[in-house]
Amino acid sequence: MDRDKLSVLAISDSGFIFDPVTGHSYTANATGLRIFELLKEDKSEDEIKSILMEEFETTEDEVSVDVDDFIENLKKYFLV
Amino acid sequence: MKKEYIKPYIKKQTAGIMNKFGVSYNKGHREDILGIPIGNFTDKFGSPVFVLSEKLIRERYRKIYSHFSSKYPKAKMSWSYKTNYLDAVCSIMHQEGETAEVVSDFEYQKARRLGVPGNKIIYNGPYKPIESLKVAFQEGAMVNLDNFDELIKAEDAAKSINKKVPVGIRVNMDTGVYPQWSRFGFNIENNSAFNAVKRIQHSENLYLEGIHCHIGTFMLDPNAYREAVKKVVALMRKIEIMFKINIKYLDFGGGFPSMNKLKGTYLPPEVSVPPVEEFIDAVADTLLEELKPDEYPDVYLETGRSIIDEAGWLITSVDAVKRLPDGTKSYIIDAGVNLLYTSTWYNYKVEIDRELHGAYENSVIYGPLCMNIDVVVESAFLPPLPIGTRLILSPMGAYNVTQWMQFIRYRPAVAMIMEDGSLEEIRRPETLDDVVGPERIPEKLKKFEL
Ligand SMILES: Cc1ncc(COP(=O)(O)O)c(C=O)c1O
Repeated sequence: MDRDKLSVLAISDSGFIFDPVTGHSYTANATGLRIFELLKEDKSEDEIKSILMEEFETTEDEVSVDVDDFIENLKKYFLV
Repeated sequence: MKKEYIKPYIKKQTAGIMNKFGVSYNKGHREDILGIPIGNFTDKFGSPVFVLSEKLIRERYRKIYSHFSSKYPKAKMSWSYKTNYLDAVCSIMHQEGETAEVVSDFEYQKARRLGVPGNKIIYNGPYKPIESLKVAFQEGAMVNLDNFDELIKAEDAAKSINKKVPVGIRVNMDTGVYPQWSRFGFNIENNSAFNAVKRIQHSENLYLEGIHCHIGTFMLDPNAYREAVKKVVALMRKIEIMFKINIKYLDFGGGFPSMNKLKGTYLPPEVSVPPVEEFIDAVADTLLEELKPDEYPDVYLETGRSIIDEAGWLITSVDAVKRLPDGTKSYIIDAGVNLLYTSTWYNYKVEIDRELHGAYENSVIYGPLCMNIDVVVESAFLPPLPIGTRLILSPMGAYNVTQWMQFIRYRPAVAMIMEDGSLEEIRRPETLDDVVGPERIPEKLKKFEL
């Protein structure tokens, strides 16, 4: 995963994300934004999962699949 | 306190690229079928499970029959067994007054076993073994012949039981639809239909009583039926004059479409499929235009999918979620294409059993067979589905529970929602004994050590 790209993204609190390099824009929900924050803080994927479990009403299985899926999506969009 | 968890999503904005037709067919959720919670079906019968509604079948049949019989005085309907020949389904049709339309000796025997008298069976199809023809003639069935070899076979069968028996012929013709169904029956335009009649009228054991056609299935243009009626009535006139006989019945087969979405079509069926009344009108109005009141024959319709397709659903469960290397979201469900023969030409409607949040994406739905071809829905627009979510696929009433095959797994239960809202299992799930019952192991293969 290449996290350098994350620093150039413009991310608003409302979930609007702009990538100045490609000109593409994205929308994410609150959980998605939280993962962005944690990625920027250089947390590992496992750390992200356990932080989300502490903060939200969810299970390890669910969060694990969802975080993997979310990061796969970021790769697909070339954001990481 | 912890916050409510909503699945994370990110979606690329694609401003300016709009879906031309603005309708996303797969959006939506349903928590019940006719008031019965989805979970009740799977708790009682397991997953997957086919569900049929007695009420919807009867209502749809009555709508079609009452429209047809209000337009044409001698309207008759015969249930196309191959569309769905579960006993409970056929019994509903027979209670409603439909006779049985069968296309094989197996279907013939199934109808007889259910209590349908031989003279209430229409026996169609391109292949009728001679033994089954003898039984059909003996029992007074309406037999529609498909080709010259069968005509000779029918003659032999009648001769062997020392009878002169009535027969019909199946005909085909150009009704303006492409592709034209020309492989069944005798062609009208090239005179082979007329020649078949000539041959029958010269026979000592056969005489002609009816003309049958079935111009295609999932016909989207009612006008094709106008053409068919015109051509069949013209043939009937010619035959009646030439041979001084009375044709007792005309049969225009099935072919009216259901509200399924054909693959390769953009418009949803609500837009592309004309109401069934337009098809019935095409048949009945043309009959009334072409016929004099004193010559009205019995006229049969063998409507299949249009009666039962929308009265059926499949409930199936999501077993796993996987993102494919190209980024596509995919789901594995517990029902495969072996159960869903119609998945080859339909894009089913996909509904989920609960309201789910998250970004919708085009997803592919795979069945459980260890086979690359096992794709149940190529593209469904769905929110992220947790494991265990039940999907309700429809319309499912026509052709699946006859053309399904046992492969790798047992075929599941079929449930019926009765008119009073109670649930009945009309076909239990298969067991190992059902599958291995017909097998036999040669003596020398019985022992092995590993
Ligand atoms: C002879 C005949 N009649 C009736 C039907 C029922 O057709 P449908 O389900 O299209 O109404 C069929 C099906 O192919 C058929 O072959």
